[in-house]
Amino acid sequence: MENAIHVKGLQKSYKKLNVLKGVDFEVEKGSIFALLGSNGAGKTTIVKILTTLLKQDGGIATVNGFDVTSMPDSVRQSISLTGQFAATDEILTGRENLIMIAKLRHLTNLRPVIDDLLNRFGLSDAADRRVSTYSGGMRRRLDIAMSLVGKPQIIFLDEPTTGLDPEARIEVWKTVKELAAKGTTVFLTTQYLEEAEQLADRIAILHEGKIIASGTLDELKKLFPPTKVEYVEKQPTLEEIFLAIIGKKEGK
Amino acid sequence: MEAIKRHFLDDIGIMLGRSMRHIFRSMDTIITVAITPIAIMLLFVYVFGGAIKTGTDNYVNYLLPGILLITIASGIAYTSYRLFIDMQSGIFERFHSMPIAHSAALWGHVLTSLVSNAISMVVIILVALIMGFRSSAGVLSWLAVAGILALFTLALTWVAVIAGMSAKSVDGAGAFAYPLIFLPFISSAFVPTTSMPSVVRIFAENQPVTSIVDALRALLSGQPVVNDLWIALAWCLGILILAYLLAMSVYKRKAA
Repeated sequence: MENAIHVKGLQKSYKKLNVLKGVDFEVEKGSIFALLGSNGAGKTTIVKILTTLLKQDGGIATVNGFDVTSMPDSVRQSISLTGQFAATDEILTGRENLIMIAKLRHLTNLRPVIDDLLNRFGLSDAADRRVSTYSGGMRRRLDIAMSLVGKPQIIFLDEPTTGLDPEARIEVWKTVKELAAKGTTVFLTTQYLEEAEQLADRIAILHEGKIIASGTLDELKKLFPPTKVEYVEKQPTLEEIFLAIIGKKEGK
Repeated sequence: MEAIKRHFLDDIGIMLGRSMRHIFRSMDTIITVAITPIAIMLLFVYVFGGAIKTGTDNYVNYLLPGILLITIASGIAYTSYRLFIDMQSGIFERFHSMPIAHSAALWGHVLTSLVSNAISMVVIILVALIMGFRSSAGVLSWLAVAGILALFTLALTWVAVIAGMSAKSVDGAGAFAYPLIFLPFISSAFVPTTSMPSVVRIFAENQPVTSIVDALRALLSGQPVVNDLWIALAWCLGILILAYLLAMSVYKRKAA
């Protein structure tokens, strides 16, 4: 299997704080890879190194076959980043944001590409409104849509659903699944276990600067004692109730 | 990579288009920039002007160059504000992870500063004309005036870039402009330096604003300018080169 991302012995410290102490992992082409870890575990640091925003102190990282330190421009040609904070321009409209990115990627015949993205992300009606009037979920959707302009092969999503309401979170999940189905490699970080469980083909757990466990969900489950079978009456979670109620009202 | 170099100017153009949209969508920034210098001009011409002896019969003519420099100094505060907002919002990270030259985003802000300051200055000159400003300068002299003003704007813009990138808060991003706005008051912009006590006078005569103001004033009144012009150009170029080098090193450190 070809690897889209290859990381070996990655190290990084900020002054005296040793954030990454030799991180190793590989991401298969076309798969969804989730990097799981608590706040401050160093997930964003890894994303920044892989997206050429930060230089590592030691170790090797290649993205799409290109070394991030020696060939950053080739890496940038292959990737797209949706950072932790929505990287949209508040004063421009949603459409203008997409057009700006499309122009920076030097695409021609922009209109159909932009209209298609607006449509897919449910932003057609809001396309000509300023982003400052968007809700958090809409902003996140636009943010991800901006990352898809020009069809990059590898997409980095740094905590894509942090701060979103349950509905918006499910929309983001749907998008991520669709992307992977079309062959895009998705690298996502999250602190929600459920998110990794829902989306990822492979999961790696980052803890105190090292990957302490990685594998498919089933492989990870095997690391723990076999499940006991117990019969418990299932109560709907509050989230399920919430989604069921508003799902009926909005019909989306 | 070749493609990145080839598209460098296109990319700067896209960045310029973006921040010019910001300006035209919040016209208050241009109005705010123009209104304070206009108020100062009105105050000095119609309130203090009668008591100020400059040796010219038209005080608006005497005042205008200094007013234009104050306009530039307050205009560039918005450049560092806009840059600060970009650094905070994550949009710079998006640009930096794309296959475009890193400095394109910065140059977009710098060019926007030049264009928006030019707009403010045209507004100020129009108001000055209404207040009685008249110039005997020919086309070449006006071109020289525009050139000096553009160079001064560019030099201060790079100072603003440093402030915008290093600031920790929105207020900090704009605060550096206050001393710059104040500098013309201790120069030959409002009164001749000969009327000042010696210490103040030494400062006033040897700071950049005086030579720039004197050069502009001479050009606008059609008088020979040789000496002041070279000193003015030297100041502008010196500030420009220093600020540019420092800004670039801060930028590399912040965005590497």
